[in-house]
Formats: sequence, C-alpha cells, structure tokens
Amino acid sequence: MSARLLPVLAVLSGLLALWYGAVGPMNIRQALDLAERKGVAVQPEGALARQEVSAFVLMARNPGEVARGYALERPRLPTPGQVAGELWATTGEMALRGRGFSKRSLIYHGWITLQSTLAGFALGTALGVLGAVMIVYSRTMEMSLMPWAIISQTVPIVALAPMIIVLSGQAGIEGRGLPKAIISAYLCYFPVLVGMVKGLRAPTREQLDLLRTYNAGGVAGFLKLRLPASMPYLFTSLKVGIAAALVGTIVGELPTGAISGLGARILIGDQFGNPMAIWAALFAAAILAGVLVTLLGGVQGMVLKRMGMAV
Amino acid sequence: MGPVVVAEGLDLTFRTNDGPVQALSDVSLSVAPGEFVSFIGPSGCGKTTFLRCVAALETPTGGRLSVNGMSADAARKARAYGYVFQAAGLYPWRTIGGNVRLPLEIMGFPRAEQDRRVKDVLELVELSGFEKKFPWQLSGGMQQRASIARALAFDADLLLMDEPFGALDEIVRDRLNEELLGLWGRTGKTMLFVTHSIPEAVYLSTKIVVMSPRPGRIAEVIESPLPRERPLDIRDSAAFLEIAHRVREGLRAGHAYEG
Repeated sequence: MSARLLPVLAVLSGLLALWYGAVGPMNIRQALDLAERKGVAVQPEGALARQEVSAFVLMARNPGEVARGYALERPRLPTPGQVAGELWATTGEMALRGRGFSKRSLIYHGWITLQSTLAGFALGTALGVLGAVMIVYSRTMEMSLMPWAIISQTVPIVALAPMIIVLSGQAGIEGRGLPKAIISAYLCYFPVLVGMVKGLRAPTREQLDLLRTYNAGGVAGFLKLRLPASMPYLFTSLKVGIAAALVGTIVGELPTGAISGLGARILIGDQFGNPMAIWAALFAAAILAGVLVTLLGGVQGMVLKRMGMAV
Repeated sequence: MGPVVVAEGLDLTFRTNDGPVQALSDVSLSVAPGEFVSFIGPSGCGKTTFLRCVAALETPTGGRLSVNGMSADAARKARAYGYVFQAAGLYPWRTIGGNVRLPLEIMGFPRAEQDRRVKDVLELVELSGFEKKFPWQLSGGMQQRASIARALAFDADLLLMDEPFGALDEIVRDRLNEELLGLWGRTGKTMLFVTHSIPEAVYLSTKIVVMSPRPGRIAEVIESPLPRERPLDIRDSAAFLEIAHRVREGLRAGHAYEG
C-alpha cells in the first residue's frame, strides 16, 4: 500500500509547494494595495506606479509585505490552506451544525450536481451501449451512426448547453434537472459507445466459430460471448464516462443562470469576486469525481474477479 | 452404416486482394464410421480448410461434400460434430465446468442433464476436481483437455480436431496422444485430426491423408496396418517406422511437385 501511496504523495506535495510558491507573486499587488491603504509605506508608492514593476521586483522591494498576500480575505489566488478551510466551512462544519442541506452548503450543491450527473450517466450509458450494439450488428448502422457520433464530440459543449436548456424550456420541461442530464449524457455516451464497440468486437474468430459449430443463435452469441467479453472494456469506458458526465452537468449549470449545483457556485463565486468559493466548488467537484470513479473501480474489481478476469 | 464424410472433387477458391487463392483442388475422400483419419502436410496445403468445410465453417466452391448423409451445413445445424480448435479457446470468464457446459446451455439440455454430462466428460479427460477452476489456473495441456471435453459434452459421433496439440511440448503431447487414443477406443467416435507431426499422425491414425500445397490437394492416402491397441512404444516398431517413412516420402513428393 505504501509503495502505491508514496509516488502519489510525492506528486501531491510537489504540487502544494508549487501552489504555495505561486501565491506570493500572484497576490503581492493586492497585498501592497491593502498595506498602503492601512498607511504602511511600500515601494513604489501608488497602485499605478506598481503596474510598471514586475511581481518579483515588488516582492524583493517589500519583503515584509509578502506574508500579507497569504492571508487576504479575497485573494486572487488563495492558498491551499484557505481553500481547505473554505471547503470545510461549507461542508463538514455546516453538517456538524445540522445545516448540511442549507443552500449555502456545498453538500447541498454537490447533491444537486450528483443527481443530474447520475441521471445523465445512466442515460448516456444506455445510449452508448445501445448504439454500440447497433453498430456491431449492422454494417449500415456503422456507416451511418459512427460519423455522427464522432462529429457530435467536435461541437463544443459550452456552445450547445444553453441551446439545450432554452429548447427544453420551450418544450415545456420544468426545472433544470432534465436538460442538465441531457447535456451530461451528451458527453458521457461517446466513451461508452467507443469502448463497447471495441468490447463487443473483442471475441476472436475462433470464439465466434465455436458458437457456429453449436449452431447458436444471435441472442446466445450476444449473451454468452460478446457481452461477457466486453466487460473489461465497459468498465474502462464507464470510468471515463462518469467523469465526463460530471463535467457535462457542471457545464450545464454554468451559463444558464442556474442557482444551485457546483457549476452555479463557480459562476456565483466569479460574479461576486469570491475566488475562494470558486476554488472550493472546484475541489468539491474534483473530490466528487474521484469518489465516483473509485466506486466504479470497486464494482469493476468485484465483477471481473467473479468472472475470473481479475484486473 | 454408410460413410460419415464423403468428399467428391471438392474445390475451394478464396477471393483475396492478391487475386484468387485455390485452397482446395479436387479433394476426394471417404471416411467410414469409427475411423481415425489424420491430415498432414505443410502450411497452406488445405488440411485445416478441409476440416472447416466439413464443419460448414467454409463453403466449398465446387464438388460435393456430405456429412452423415446430409449437406455439411445441415449436419452443422443438426449438431453432428464436436470441433476442437488449435488454441483451446476457453472463455476466460467461465470456469472449466462452465466452459464444458456452454454447448449444453446453448443446445437447451435440462439442468440436471448438464450437470451429469459435465461431470462425465471431465472424468473422461481426467479433469475431475477442476470444474470450478478458471482457465488461467490450468496448464496449456489441461486447457486443451478441457476443450476436448467441451467438444465431447453433447456426444456427437464425429470429432473434428484442428492441430489441438500443436502448441504443447512433446512430453505433454505424448500423454495427450495416448489419452486421445484411449478415448477413441472407448467411445468409438469418428475422428478427423489435423496435424503437423508425422509421429503423431502415424501413432493415432487408421488412415493418414498426406496433402500438398498450391493448390491444396491430397497427395496420398495411407491405410495404417497398425492394430487399434497402441502402446507408446509401438513407435519404435518396424511397422511404425515403415509407415512414417511412407508419409515422409509422400510429403517430399508433394513438395517436389512445387519446384
């Protein structure tokens, strides 16, 4: 275990060091502005004059004020500690006070996002598997469906998301849950489709011939050979798919004036000049994605182990 | 009882990007019930292709072929044969028992009958106790025995084997050859057996079909005078060496034709 943990921790501590290092130059101007307003003498004087000087020079000339940049209330770049603090304040701490599902808590917004993500994931997976079956069993479908599937992924989802929301509003669909799920399914179906086409085609010629010698029908061929043979491919694409579904949901929450969900938190943090909220929501999303992928990995391990195909 | 397999003037031409390839040319052969027929020859001589024609996995482009008195495809639909492929080809997600059960499930045998047959054929190939193991837990030789059990499970009278022991080492191969002969003696099935190995062909067969390539055709058919009971040391007898010599000569003649 420690052999697997060590490289991860090494990379993580490297990233944290880089982050802490970056906070100084990123926040020095803000820190000096603040100090100047409080009557502390800084070099050079005046925000405009400081525009002409690089951040590193400012740090060198005002070494005493660098620390201030690490404790700003609304920093341009918050420190990892500040982000962790904000994350804790809007999740665990609120939960401890019994307000876990208050609209100010990230647990509530994460839950909203999770719901759409799972709905979109289910829809996208169903579409992807269905499309893959059609493509594998029909040459016509392969010729007609596959190019569109590829083209669909070249359209930027940010451009498509508002249209889906507007159109589903026109179609009389209440609320944001369904349109968000559709956007997330749109991103999620593609990896599942591609993976399953490959998986359903994984059986060797000999394995297929064997079924022919039994005069097996198409259903038996699907259930007893193609489907089990595709399982390792399915899980690999599901893991990509659920991460894509989460991104889809967040994108669906961004540009559309949504008021709940992690995407909405990011947007609101941006509009109200509160970078800490953005970072906290960002990390909440990353943690959510990590949990979902890990859960799927666990299911994958269990299923494949039962099938004698341990990974 | 009539012959199990009859081929008359069988032709098969594959269309490839490099033009047509004649895989079989004017192949005529008759196999009686209970015979053990080996097909031997260099790569490209059509021995596997012929076996696949009998199994209706390929369709001849000319000539006549009957299996059990019907067309090869009708025989396939009647599940008249068991086929053993070069690679064991066990499904990795099924246990050994599950693999042997596969044809029985597809053919709709009742559950209790499936259990009984799986147990019986695994005993027949000496794999009792391995029913719950997965293929990767078994050696190559054991996997190939499991694939023979799978072909035997639904009790077809005809067994088609395409170089089943080709990938195994000599010691394991000797064991399996001996076991296969025993199995053939006990079950009285008709065997069509493709091989690269002269000793294997001579040791196993009542009839050896020597084939030569480009186009694939029968060079010689050698009836073996060896008794049906064959201990392994029969391979040092004069009669055995004499047949092996004839097979070698036949193969050489086939090659000379080419030059």
